[in-house]
Parts: sequence; structure tokens; C-alpha cells
Amino acid sequence: MSHLPILPILIPLLMGTLMLLPPLGGGIRRQRTTSVISLLVLIVAAFLLLQQSLIQSQIYVLGDWRPPFGIILVADRLSALLVLLTSVLAFGALLYSLAGDDNKGKYFHSLFMYQLMGINGAFLTGDIFNLFVFFEVLLIASYALLIHGGGKQKTQASVHYVTLNLIGSAFFLFALGILYGTLGTLNMADMAVRVADLSPSMRILAQAGVLLLLLVFGLKTAMLPLHFWLPRTYSVASAPVAALFAIMTKVGIYAIFRIHTVVFGAGAGELAFVAVPWIWPLAIGTIVVASIGALAAPTLRLLIANLVLISAGTLLLAIVLLNPQAFIAGLYYLVHTTLVTGALFLLADLIATQRGQASDRFVVSRPMAQAPILGALFLVAAVTVVGLPPLSGFIGKALLLQAADTVVTMAWVWSTILLSSLAVMVALSRAGTNLFWHLSGSKPSDEKAAPVQLAAIILLLLASPLLVIFGGSATEFAAGAVAQMEAIYPDVQPLLEGGR
Amino acid sequence: MEAVFAFCVGLMTACGVFLTLRGRTFPVVVGITLLSYAVNLFLFSSGRLTINGAPILGNGSYADPLPQALVLTAIVIGFAMTAFVVILAIRARADLGNDHVDGTNPPAEETASAAADKEKR
Repeated sequence: MSHLPILPILIPLLMGTLMLLPPLGGGIRRQRTTSVISLLVLIVAAFLLLQQSLIQSQIYVLGDWRPPFGIILVADRLSALLVLLTSVLAFGALLYSLAGDDNKGKYFHSLFMYQLMGINGAFLTGDIFNLFVFFEVLLIASYALLIHGGGKQKTQASVHYVTLNLIGSAFFLFALGILYGTLGTLNMADMAVRVADLSPSMRILAQAGVLLLLLVFGLKTAMLPLHFWLPRTYSVASAPVAALFAIMTKVGIYAIFRIHTVVFGAGAGELAFVAVPWIWPLAIGTIVVASIGALAAPTLRLLIANLVLISAGTLLLAIVLLNPQAFIAGLYYLVHTTLVTGALFLLADLIATQRGQASDRFVVSRPMAQAPILGALFLVAAVTVVGLPPLSGFIGKALLLQAADTVVTMAWVWSTILLSSLAVMVALSRAGTNLFWHLSGSKPSDEKAAPVQLAAIILLLLASPLLVIFGGSATEFAAGAVAQMEAIYPDVQPLLEGGR
Repeated sequence: MEAVFAFCVGLMTACGVFLTLRGRTFPVVVGITLLSYAVNLFLFSSGRLTINGAPILGNGSYADPLPQALVLTAIVIGFAMTAFVVILAIRARADLGNDHVDGTNPPAEETASAAADKEKR
């Protein structure tokens, strides 16, 4: 058995802890070096894992305790890709923070590592209680990262964020209790098998449990009625943290995908796709509300936070279309949107610093010191997000529009996505005009961005043209992931049989 | 026994939900604590309630050990989270000058408390 699947969890755990102890915790320079090196190692490990998962999905049995009693990690193409995506995004965010953001509070690098551990673990685990544990790991790290740097606004947003998520965790446990009580297992593969032959009275209980889980994951995803915390939280977090948070809503979406369309999917008998009719209107509603929010946003950061919401809604749509084309489109769109929104959060911070007092509000201000380069980056990011050709947003959205195959779904998906793209285009053009062209006569500030900050943004934005150039192989990869998705649970079955 | 147990869990959950919907951080924290107690008890019952059963091995009836492990994990995590939210609430009180969850007193209360202050003077 190869030990590769556990490395994306072990490396951040180990390095995060080492950076709290004397030799490495000594100075900020040592911590920076350690962080960069361990992230590079993490990227390599994730890449190797992805390569292995191309051949066959990797199943790691922790401590050799056979499922269903032991915990397993499952690295198929989808989860390996998401781990790699997390590492790349984190590398960009970390590079940006090296310019000084990491030194505004204590323990930034350790917390950053723990956050990565939680996210990677949530993507890799094959056990639903273990998913809860990794959710808590990523949440407690995110609570602390959110107030990193301090300030009234952060505390204010933190109180909402922490309270909501604690209540969410309580509901998560209720749901797990119900599911364990009815299905008698917590292993996702085992659940998928057992759900088909539930007795009718148990089925109703299990249905309640599954829908409670939708509530919990919906809170993490920021699905319609549960999205009010997101814009405020993401817009006050310090730039590298906000950029890393761009992947957090995707953890919720991944969980919804795994549980509600795979475990409770086609093989689940009466309970097949029980949550899907709920997700449809909520996904469309999320996109509509977020588009209005983007148009109404008074600052650039709030605007970008609303873009995160739109991408969450779009991904939910891709899930509930329930066909392989939609899955391919969703996976492509997910990689694109995570990296670009991450880059936009970083860019917004640079713009805000260089505009001085006006910060990122859409008001007249003094010119920026590096307006040409920031403007160019903003243009590229905006074109990508809106979905104009030739960049990756266009391909992602076009694939998704193609995936809507019946007239009814076409009407809903096409109208929502096209109208929200229009709204985003209007909002971003207004933002660009206000930020770059509405200038007072005063001299530009001499605050220049550190080269490492620009490099971080360019690195993340580079994903967009790359996704276009290698678009063919990207969609082929996604198609392979769909095929693997359908075969994944049969892979675990022999292990389950052996364990009993 | 099941009915009493279910009633207790339900009552505690109801109280927890009610308290978390309050406006001040203290009742909210207490509400979260109650909710997590309720959750722990509920997890216990997910392995079915057994009386006089052996812990794991034994003849005839034995208690399901897994929910106990789950409850233990949930308790540990719940403690850590409660500790964090208490500290955060204190910090918010210090930073923002009031203990409302929104960070600002609602306008109606603001004027009321201001009026009360005037009378004192």
C-alpha cells in the first residue's frame, strides 16, 4: 500500500506543529522559508497523487484497520485534483503574504498549515464522521485566520461566522447521529450500499438526516438562505486569507456532490437524489441574489465576495444537472473560478493600499502608483470572471450551457447564467472605471507593490490561459473523473467484505 | 425510557435553539453549549439505548461502542469550540464596546439606554 494519499494531510500537520516549536518558530524568516518549502513539497505530493489516481483510485486504510470499522482515505481523480488545486491556491496566497501580511499577527504560518490540513482531509476522507472532524479542523483554523491582523470589522464579522458555523456543526452531528442510527455505518461506500434496502420507517428518518446534511453543507457553500455571512466575512479578511477562503465554499460543494448525488445517488433506491429538487431553486436563487449583490456592492472586496457566491451557485447548478457533461463543465469551472477569485482578492488588496484613504470604495481618489500593471491584471481577471472569450471563464460557462439538455433545464440554466454574466460585466466595468479613471488631481502615492505580491497574482491568473490552451486535456481528464466516480464504490467493496 | 430520553434531548435542543436566536453574545454562547450537550446525548442514542449490556463483548445484548467513541470526539471538539467562542465574545465586547452579536446596539435600545443614562445624571 502506498502512503502517498495521507501525505497531503500529514505534511501540513507536521510543519504547522513544528513551526510552533523553538527551532523553526524562532523568527519570521525561518517560518517563511519553512512554509514555502513545505508548500512546494505539498504541491509535488499532490501532483504525484493525481498521477497515481489517473491509473486507479487510491484507497488508504489508516492503521490497517479494515473498513467499515477503520477509517479510509479515498483519492480518486476528483479529490486528488482538488487537493492539488488547494495547494496551488495556497502557494499563491502564501507568496502574497510574504510581503508583510503574515507578520501582522502571531502564528500565521502555523494556522495556514492547519487550514490546509483540514481542507485536504475533507477532500480525501471516505468516512463521513471523519469528514466532520476535518471540517472542524479547517473551521477552527479559519476562525483564527479570519481575525489575523485584528481590527473592529474583523471581530464583528468573526462573531457571526463563528456562531453560525458552531450551530452548523451541531446540526452536522445531529445528521450523523440519524444516519448512523438508520444505516449502521459511517463509511460512505458502505452507506451507498445499505441505503438501498432500508425499511420504509427507517427511510423517512434517513431522509431527514440527509436533508439536515444539505443544510449544513449549504451553510458552508453559502447557498441561498444561508449565504448572508459570506460577503461580510470575505470582504474584511486580510488578503491572503480571503484568497485561501476561495476554496472553502468549494469544500461544501464537494461534500454536497459526494453525499447527495453519489452516496444518495442512482443506487439509493427510494432515496435516490432526494435533495436534488431542493438544490435546483436554491442554486438559481443564489445566483440571482449574488448578481444583485454584485451590482449593489459599494467596495471592490464586497463585489468579489459576491462573485464567490455566484460561482457557488453555478457549481450547484452543474451538480444538479446530473449528467456527465455537466460534471465535466463543473470541474473545469471549479478550477477556473477558485484560482481567479483568489487572484482578485489579492489584487483588490493591492489596489486598496495604493489608493490610500479611498481604499477599495468606488469613489474619487488619487491615482495609483502602478496603475498600468494593476489595471492590466484587473482587466484580465475581469474578462475571465465575466466569461468573455478567449479566456477560461468563457469555456467553462459554454460547457455548462451545452450540458443543459432538456428544454426546461435549458430555459432555467441559460437565462440565469447569461443574465448573471451580464450583471457581473456591468458591475466589474463600473468598478474598473471608478477605480482606475475617476481620479483627483493629487499626486500618486509612492507605495509600490512588492514583486512577490505581483508574482503571486500573476501565478494565479496564469491558470486561466493555461486552462484554455490545455482545454482538451482538461475536459478529457474530467471525463475520466466521471467514469471513475461511478466505479469508485465497487473499488471499496472488497475491503468492506474482507472487514466483516 | 426512550420517550423520556427523547423528550430531554428535544427540550434541550429547543432551549439551545431559542437561546442562540437571542441578540446578546452571552445567551448565544449558552445556547451553543446546550445544543452541543443535546447533540452528545443524541449521538449516544444513535446506537440504541441498552440497559445492562456488556461494553463490547458478551453474551446476548451488548452496547454499540462506536457512538461512544463519536461522542467522545464530539465532546472534545465541542469544548475547544466553546472556549474559542467565549474568548471571541470577550474580545468583541472589548473591541466594539457592546455585547450585541451584530457589534452595534439596535437603534431602539440605543436611545432607551441613552435616556436611562440621562436620568441617572
